Amino acid sequence: MDDILLKVNDLHAAIDGKEILKGINLEIRPGEVHAIMGPNGSGKSTLSGVLAGDPRFTVTGGSATFHGVDLLALSPEDRSHEGLFLSFQYPVEIPGVSMVNFMRAAVNAKRAYLREAPLSASDFLKLMRQKRAIVELDNKLASRSVNEGFSGGEKKRNEIFQMAVLEPRLSILDETDSGLDIDALRIVAGGVNKLKTSHNATIVITHYQRLLDYIRPDVVHILYKGRIVYTGGPELALELEEKGYDWIKQQVDNEQ
Amino acid sequence: MNSNSLTQYLDLYAHHREAIDARAPEAFNRLRPAASEALRRAARLPRKGDEGYARTDMAAMFAPDFGINIMRVPAPVDVAASLRCDVPNISTLMGVVAGDEFRPTATLQRNLPDGVRLMSLAEAARREPQLVEAYLGRLSADGDAPVQLNTLLAQDGVLLHVAAGVQCDKPLQLINIFNAGVPSMAVRRVLVVLERGASASLLVCDHSQRSDVDYLASEVTEIFLAPGAALDYCHLEESTPRTARSAALFAALDADSRLGLNGTTLTCGATRNSYAIHLYAPGAEARVAGMVIGSDAQHTDNDILVCHHAPRCHSSQLFKYILDDDASGAFRGLIRVDHGAAFTGAYQTNRNLLASTRATMHTEPQLEIYCDEVKCGHGATTGQLDPQALFYMRTRGIPEAEARMMLMQAFMADVIDTVTLPTLHDRLRMLVERRLSGDRRGCGDCAAACTNSLQ
Ligand SMILES: Nc1ncnc2c1ncn2[C@@H]1O[C@H](COP(=O)(O)OP(=O)(O)OP(=O)(O)O)[C@@H](O)[C@H]1O
Ligand SMILES: [Mg+2]
Repeated sequence: MDDILLKVNDLHAAIDGKEILKGINLEIRPGEVHAIMGPNGSGKSTLSGVLAGDPRFTVTGGSATFHGVDLLALSPEDRSHEGLFLSFQYPVEIPGVSMVNFMRAAVNAKRAYLREAPLSASDFLKLMRQKRAIVELDNKLASRSVNEGFSGGEKKRNEIFQMAVLEPRLSILDETDSGLDIDALRIVAGGVNKLKTSHNATIVITHYQRLLDYIRPDVVHILYKGRIVYTGGPELALELEEKGYDWIKQQVDNEQ
Repeated sequence: MNSNSLTQYLDLYAHHREAIDARAPEAFNRLRPAASEALRRAARLPRKGDEGYARTDMAAMFAPDFGINIMRVPAPVDVAASLRCDVPNISTLMGVVAGDEFRPTATLQRNLPDGVRLMSLAEAARREPQLVEAYLGRLSADGDAPVQLNTLLAQDGVLLHVAAGVQCDKPLQLINIFNAGVPSMAVRRVLVVLERGASASLLVCDHSQRSDVDYLASEVTEIFLAPGAALDYCHLEESTPRTARSAALFAALDADSRLGLNGTTLTCGATRNSYAIHLYAPGAEARVAGMVIGSDAQHTDNDILVCHHAPRCHSSQLFKYILDDDASGAFRGLIRVDHGAAFTGAYQTNRNLLASTRATMHTEPQLEIYCDEVKCGHGATTGQLDPQALFYMRTRGIPEAEARMMLMQAFMADVIDTVTLPTLHDRLRMLVERRLSGDRRGCGDCAAACTNSLQ
């Protein structure tokens, strides 16, 4: 059991009194890549939000254990410090807060959590330079407000850049491929692969096989109506690409 | 408490009229009869709910029995010397105003450029009565009761005069100080005259050195900008919960003159700032900005009138408030465009953040346009910090308190940016950051608090 990075057990969550997650079970080990697929509105972003601690959601049952820590008891910031990262489906624009101040605050907050001294200005800039290179993020974005006026592709690169800086143990990439052209997709996926080690793990939420051509999943889950209704190997994604979700929907809806 | 707080001041004037006049120059004294008459007609000070005073009770502000230094007992000599509260500390050209008494720093007169006068208004009126009498009271004559009360009792204050064509490049600074051990009211007049083509920038800071004593500042400022003159005026209040402020600023702008105003309230008890800016001749420009950071039971009211009388003038108003705890705020901004004021550009923005559910904001944006060829716009919003932005920052490990602070600082960025003087801009940024980080010491325990936190 020790080598389980994330264990989600019968997780239920609601928003505005409406139950969205209806008993999620998931086990992720270091080094693994899990893909989560599923029709629009099935609860994929809700699951990532709940794991990251989005206060809009209320956990109504179940548990989530992150390398032995009760994840749901932590604040969003402490989840981050403990090694969880969420790449947002819709990265948030923050007018007036520059990327560089934002990243400095993030880096130094983590260092404070780990009882390390803040980075010197030159070490910080060096770190930014190194990490930007991973996703070929344009330097000019550093002085701009967080995500403000970024193109769709720039926003997604910016997410992976932040992931590179924070070096999480578990990354959840919520439709990081959407809005990317073919070249950007290759760069972003390449970045994710560069950051992959045998100690960390990735959850890839996507609608398309093309991302999984670059980021090879070990396990593929289908989320539907707030439950993981099907789990398989990489071939499951190919099957979905070919046949769509109808067969799964029918199967599940008939059982109900 | 007196049922009509105005009465005590009218009585004071009635009983001490000769004493007051004897200790003030004619430029002040000659204005008193009209002020007295105006107050008799007004009968009382504005109460909460009166026109223009929707949320601010001036009668209550003036109700306590404050001491007024009508006998001109000098403030302790060491005020200027002991003053370590050099908050922005940007200027060598500094004067301290203890109550209403101007005290130049030792080096001020030596360092003032030729053609620039920064001095006691009473002294100026004695030395050059024509100069002061030509201006003093001209703009305030039609002011409301709090303004008339100031005129009735004022005996001193500050004159800034810049001669024609003189550019005073170094910023000037005034520090208004309360430090008496008993409840005190300062009745202060400020007169600013920039002759043709002159320019200057003035920073005025309000401090109360004792946090355990009630103070009230009554301040009336009149600003005259001759054609082509340019003034940047920044006011920064960092007083205490037991300090109240009733201030009115009038400005008359002649052709192609420019006024940049920034009024910032970081800490106070109850503050009312009213501004009446008149653009009298073509090409004049007024940029009025302000910010308020309110916490505890702080109350801050900014009331702005910008009046376009002539064609091709431009004005903007940008006011932002962040209110926490039980703080309350009020904003009224009126743009008035007269018949003759074609090709006017006038804009107004008021945006407010409520950081607590108990904080309240009252906003009244108003436009009165009596002319066709104008471009005007206004907008007002009151809301909370963006919860999605807050969550996003927290998922990156930024602690909630810090994330909130960064968002609040970002919210104020454009108001801070209206202050163009680089040194002052940076200091203001720092002071806002310090204030938002929860440092509410203000200047109650002057020296230590300010200088330490600015290291
Ligand atoms: N604020 C809200 N109030 C009510 N229902 C909501 C709210 N936010 C999301 N939902 C509902 O929760 C369900 C799950 O949404 P979620 O965003 O998790 O789906 P998803 O699987 O990520 O979809 P997509 O593939 O389109 O991104 C949807 O039915 C959605 O309408
Ligand atoms: Mg989604």
